[in-house]
Amino acid sequence: MYRGGPGMLAWALHRITGVAVLVFLLLHILETSMLLYGPEAYNRALALYKQPWFKPLEFLLVAAVVYHAGNGILVMILDLFPRTTRSYRRMFWVGAALYAVVMLPVAVLMLRPIFP
Amino acid sequence: MTGARTNGWAWLGWLYLRISAVLLLGLVVGHLYIMHVLTGTDRIDFAFVAQRFSTPFWRVYDLLILLLALSHGLVGVRGIVYDYTRSAGWRLVWNVILWSVGLVFTVLGALVLFTFQPGAFTGQ
Repeated sequence: MYRGGPGMLAWALHRITGVAVLVFLLLHILETSMLLYGPEAYNRALALYKQPWFKPLEFLLVAAVVYHAGNGILVMILDLFPRTTRSYRRMFWVGAALYAVVMLPVAVLMLRPIFP
Repeated sequence: MTGARTNGWAWLGWLYLRISAVLLLGLVVGHLYIMHVLTGTDRIDFAFVAQRFSTPFWRVYDLLILLLALSHGLVGVRGIVYDYTRSAGWRLVWNVILWSVGLVFTVLGALVLFTFQPGAFTGQ
């Protein structure tokens, strides 16, 4: 399936985004556990995410999850219908186009607060 | 990880990644859309979460994401580790690390979802 070209890049990005999202998930569980220490402790933990410099990172997190999900769907199509491997390049570019269409409005909605 | 079907455990991991992925697709897209796009993280605070957890629905929803996402991520990392380690010793070390992280964070996350009572802080 992975024969260099876009496939190699897609595969590397799948692993990088997967590990990055897992690291955030661990941080997210820790920060959520502050709920057990009451409103002050929890709101103090959330303050980390509300700093202006965190907004682009939050967008990157969503972008990483959506990429991982999209590429995961593509991988599952290739697994279930091995014949589609022959059209991999075309599927990759269709997927890339769909990704751009989805992420553009998400970028506008999520990054709007840093541009008053 | 395609072609890893020669080994029983590797195949099970391969299969688990796909089954959990299908379940996570809807759960995570819903979570991201509601919390990051529709609500916006700036508006999330203790009161928001207390309101959200006042019905069991979102606790169950979050418990499903917790169990599926954490296990999916750790099984995925296990696949990466097995691509770069060959010795049984290092693989054992990594397996212990990944299982420990999984256990600790599952317990911590589930503890919050099962025991959180906002009334204990707001006096209601």
